[in-house]
Amino acid sequence: MKPLEEIIKYCEQVSFDLNFTYSKKWKEEKEGRVIVGYMPIYFPREIIHAAGGMAVGVFGGGDRKQIIKGDAYYQSYICHIPRSIMELALDKHTAHFDGYIFPSICDVIRNLSGIFKQQKIGKFVKYMDFPQNFLPEIGGVFYQQEMQHVLKYIKEINGIEVTTERLNHSIDLYNKNRRLIDFIYKVRQDFPWRLSITDVYHIIRAGTVITVEDHNEILEQVCEHIKKDIGVPQDKIKIVISGAFCEQPAIGLIRAIEEAGCYVVDDDYMLGSRMIIGDIESKSKNPLEAISNSYIKQSQYSSSIYDVNDPKEFRLAKIVKDRGADGVIFASASFCDPSLLDAPIFQNAFNKLGIRYIAFQYSENINQFKVIKEQVGAFSDSIKLWEDEPVIEIQD
Amino acid sequence: MAQEAQKERSMILQKEMIEGLFNDLGKAKELGKKVCYTFIPGNLSELIRTFDMLPVYPEINALQSAMRKKSASYIKEAERHAHSEDVCTYVKCDVGMMMKGNIGPTGEKIPEPDILLLSYTGCFTFLKWFETLKREYPNAKVIMVHTPYQENATITPEMTQYMVKQFKEEVIPQMEAVTGIKYDEGKLKKMLALSKESEDLITKIFDTTKHKPSPIDAYFAGVYYIGPINIGFRGTQEAVDYYKELYNEIQERIRLGLGPITPEGEMKEEKYRLVVEGPPNWTSFREFWKIFYDMGAVIVASSYTKVGGVYDMGWRHDPTRPLESLAEYCMNCYTNLSIPQRIDLLSNCITEYAADGYITNSIKSCNSFSAGQLGMMREIEDRLEVPVGFIESDLVDPRYFSYSNIKNRLESYFQMLEQRKIIQEKEVV
Repeated sequence: MKPLEEIIKYCEQVSFDLNFTYSKKWKEEKEGRVIVGYMPIYFPREIIHAAGGMAVGVFGGGDRKQIIKGDAYYQSYICHIPRSIMELALDKHTAHFDGYIFPSICDVIRNLSGIFKQQKIGKFVKYMDFPQNFLPEIGGVFYQQEMQHVLKYIKEINGIEVTTERLNHSIDLYNKNRRLIDFIYKVRQDFPWRLSITDVYHIIRAGTVITVEDHNEILEQVCEHIKKDIGVPQDKIKIVISGAFCEQPAIGLIRAIEEAGCYVVDDDYMLGSRMIIGDIESKSKNPLEAISNSYIKQSQYSSSIYDVNDPKEFRLAKIVKDRGADGVIFASASFCDPSLLDAPIFQNAFNKLGIRYIAFQYSENINQFKVIKEQVGAFSDSIKLWEDEPVIEIQD
Repeated sequence: MAQEAQKERSMILQKEMIEGLFNDLGKAKELGKKVCYTFIPGNLSELIRTFDMLPVYPEINALQSAMRKKSASYIKEAERHAHSEDVCTYVKCDVGMMMKGNIGPTGEKIPEPDILLLSYTGCFTFLKWFETLKREYPNAKVIMVHTPYQENATITPEMTQYMVKQFKEEVIPQMEAVTGIKYDEGKLKKMLALSKESEDLITKIFDTTKHKPSPIDAYFAGVYYIGPINIGFRGTQEAVDYYKELYNEIQERIRLGLGPITPEGEMKEEKYRLVVEGPPNWTSFREFWKIFYDMGAVIVASSYTKVGGVYDMGWRHDPTRPLESLAEYCMNCYTNLSIPQRIDLLSNCITEYAADGYITNSIKSCNSFSAGQLGMMREIEDRLEVPVGFIESDLVDPRYFSYSNIKNRLESYFQMLEQRKIIQEKEVV
């Protein structure tokens, strides 16, 4: 087993390799391998794996890529991630990618798929229209058709016909992946000092750019490490981060929140890797239906999923309760419609439920966090000062 | 004192239709009618009327509030309740109006919804908007219609079937349950036949801009022309009559060789013919329009007039395939088209209507329109070698309408068009 520091260092390096070198090497090792870039939030990577490909997360350039060309495509009042994804593509960072998936999360990402099509970037560009109808026989069928379209694109490149066995095997691997990630969060819920949120972030983000087999090995080792009583507890409150599911905050910001006095015991930074709660059925005769059902019935709440029948504010409140968190930090990317439009819904509900929260906005490329750090520090102090004040009980 | 705007007879007709609708809404309970809130893109007007419901369009309330200078206070009210400065101002205007008593643009209180019909067509914010309204109107039934996006510039049978299944198994049964009225396909078919008539007429109307001078402005006046077809009258004889009247008026203008009517009278000289992408600004609508007609610029086509349906490529509602036809209608709305489709459509407009230039009015709080507009503009410029211009404003937030900035930019743009004309004339000589 490798030392934890070594694992974390590797994950950090591979997560932020904007040339996606790992996937490039992987592709070169064997003929017929296909690389498919996917944008936030969620994409069923199982189907790419089963088709002999590798799904690679494209989460923008963060604070590590100067944006020049991308700004020519997007007005100042549009969030930062589409311009940095454009910059990565136009600067050939993703030149070895065969195709791109744009999941239906907002108007900006949807229209970015059109710009990729118009610019003829990649062998295929797929806008993945996730169903907003949650009946398996209606929305579920449509979702399966959407997945079939992706498989058709890949087959046109490598000729691989996906079988039930291959899909079920891939589902098994990703089930294991989600279980291991879940274990890390469960440990951190009680012992958040064993692994910082920055380390967790690097470890999980690494899984979006390497194979699931390699990532599972890393996760298994991390789980073994954090079973031990490592680290030193500090006097910090526990909080949940919500709203940062697409454009990612700079690492400095993720770190600053913890340094300012908050243990982050749950978050939606890498929501796509944790979107499905629990296992997907892996013995099905129709694995696409199993994947579809998991999305319809087992998805985490998200600002991109129509929620009237399962209100998100109560789902987040339950996470806060289950994790034993003291409050919530709503962190929204500037100009992020889904996150910002949800803010009043969450905040009105939390005012009534007595759940403490603060809110701020960030951009992936800002790396001055003094004001946010002070805000978070004051939040932490205020909770510590009034920690005996009762919080309204949330029903399961 | 502001000069009284001159109005065409069709504008007056339209005003009467809208006032009638708002009057009915004010008496919805007395009339025993159920109220259905829904959106313009992908509006299922004929289906709503089949169930004898009255429609409310939150975007229309918002833009009417803006034209009556009420939107600023509504937006501030919403922002006081955690709504961000940076999101759709239609949403904030609507929420703010509701918080201040839900008094509609005509002064009548708008009734609470029995149904929130979420036609999720081409705009993700619609989904968030009705999630917000559902919290405010917990007794309303939310009916979601997921409209697949035309990512590959085509409507596949799978996409249509997905929508038809939603209509059959979710939308219609829920409308029946709320209204107590049984679905009558015969009634729907009759309305769809009238829809087709209106669509034929509005296509002919917008096609008249091929004439020089153009008898109409297809953007600033166009937003009035699309009113009846978009706000619940499509599928009625009233709408057909309105469009016949409008068409005849325009034919008369063509016969007399007249240009468009502006709020200050007839436009005397058509100097520039333009195609505009993006919605207009509503808070300073007249000032905005004035900049154009003062310069002799007429808009010969605009994407905004296609937001409630794209009819100029030949598509029509089809009474022989009622539900399939409603599905195709939803998928054909402008913002549900892919970026390459939007580019092709606008390029066709520039060519067909012999436009001198292309202008983007980029709306700060409308990503459905705005995201991708710079790429579109560049492609159109490269493809057609047509001068392009770019201005920024907002839908209903007056804080984002800077008259002098917009005027300066447009003046520079018109100077460029003028220079180009001179050069082109020299080349011909």
